[in-house]
Amino acid sequence: MSRGGPFEGRSVITGAGMSQVGRKLMRSGLDLTLEASLRAIADAGLTPDDIDGIASYPGPMAPSPGFTGAGVHDVRNALGLRSRWYMSGMETAAQIGPVIEAAMAVALGLANHVLVFRSVWESTAQAGGNRASVLTPEGELPEHLEYTAPFGALSPANWLALPAQRYMYEHGLTREQLGQIAINARRNAGFNPDAVFRDPLTMDDYLASRMISEPLSLYDCDIPCDGATAVIVSGRDAAAGLPRHPLTIESVGTGMFERATWDQRIDLTTMAAHDAAATLWERTSLRPSDVDVAQLYDGFSFLTVQWLDALGFCEHGKVGAFIEDGSRIALDGDLPLNTAGGQLSGGRLHGMGLLHEACIQLWGSAGERQVAGAEVAAVGVGGGPVAGALLLSTH
Amino acid sequence: MTDTYERPEFRLTPSPSAESRAFWSGGERGELLIYRCHDCGHFFHPPAPACFRCRSRDVAPEPVSGRGVVATYTINRQPWLPTMPPPYVIVLVELDEDRDVRIFSQLVDVDPEAVRIGDRVEVFFEHWPAPGDTEVWLPLFRPERARA
Ligand SMILES: [Zn+2]
Repeated sequence: MSRGGPFEGRSVITGAGMSQVGRKLMRSGLDLTLEASLRAIADAGLTPDDIDGIASYPGPMAPSPGFTGAGVHDVRNALGLRSRWYMSGMETAAQIGPVIEAAMAVALGLANHVLVFRSVWESTAQAGGNRASVLTPEGELPEHLEYTAPFGALSPANWLALPAQRYMYEHGLTREQLGQIAINARRNAGFNPDAVFRDPLTMDDYLASRMISEPLSLYDCDIPCDGATAVIVSGRDAAAGLPRHPLTIESVGTGMFERATWDQRIDLTTMAAHDAAATLWERTSLRPSDVDVAQLYDGFSFLTVQWLDALGFCEHGKVGAFIEDGSRIALDGDLPLNTAGGQLSGGRLHGMGLLHEACIQLWGSAGERQVAGAEVAAVGVGGGPVAGALLLSTH
Repeated sequence: MTDTYERPEFRLTPSPSAESRAFWSGGERGELLIYRCHDCGHFFHPPAPACFRCRSRDVAPEPVSGRGVVATYTINRQPWLPTMPPPYVIVLVELDEDRDVRIFSQLVDVDPEAVRIGDRVEVFFEHWPAPGDTEVWLPLFRPERARA
């Protein structure tokens, strides 16, 4: 592996799996997690006996109902896994952080095949009205809401509307340009039978949609859903002879240079994504121009703008012009973006769905939405003070 | 139309920590208390027992003017709480004393549609009971009035 990278080609992805995805499926989080996990294991040409490592975000802690469907030990116990290495956690490089930890583990020989999963069942968990209470069981405001909730800002939509407005003010991003992120996602979802929303979305629909927190409207926000995603991270030697072409983890973005806040960065038009991206590129000789397909976090459309900016697909502040008419980010454009519909149309699989799609594209298994000749994929996950990035290739 | 602010019937209120108590209670005396480093002189927020710039532990809350400019804002149009009907303006205020310090709050007594980045604003306080038999004084902002 002449281009080096932190793992020097020793860490690869050998399989990926996704459970049933939808709204209010009324299935348990563990049930969905096992479905995705067993599919990923089979996709890699392995059996549960081969899986000797396991990792997940966020672990057993649950800031809101359905935020996590299962912890590492839930899955270990259910499948009787003998684990030589395991971890879960939240203070890592976003929801794909455990993929990076797994890549480290296999590169160091601590495990051969690591199952990495993320599951959510917010749609079902919140159907019973659990969402109403943001308070802890002791009746207190949780620490992460201390400075926002007293002022009626209970949602990340409010917290992200603030930097979005500032980006528009400083850099001239327009709502029409922002709308291209949502419209592009919906267009791609039309080619993804598993996407939650697939009906075409026009610019008129977008501009007429209900405002949530200006400048973010309903179509700028992703869709809570139930579902689980899993990938298998393997050591290159252990991957020999497996059915899938091993995908090299070329680089990882794990940086965090400022305080972990939503509102105190020196440049209010950047986020932790910029620090993650800086470390991604400093660890590889690949450049943004080498990327064939990008899967960039779209819990809110503005976060995708942030990732395009952070990863340097255009100059800082110039994302508006970059996505202007949507052609550059379309399936046949220079940088096909969120090719399965992202979270805006595909459902909030919380980052791991984007990684799943990056793998499917690099394996050439994306059917109607396949990007011809995709060899390098960038994945950026997280928003605000949370960020992690991956660069994958078929080399 | 300038909307005249009316105090809502209910707000979610914080449980102040050792570090945040000054911020939430300075309003009792009409003071916005922000942590300042006695070594490098900078203010910082949210409060913490060390200066993130120079790592000094010689830090303490200090009153600021409570005046500043709108760094950014959003008109919230989604009802999150039945007692706080939209629209209302959520704001980040850059303090005059140190523009790198931004206070997350609500901007009231203003036509939401007329708010702009760069508008001058000033603090005032709203007294609320808080969890565990405590009290807090929430710093809210309104358009700056002419200085005396
Ligand atoms: Zn200092």
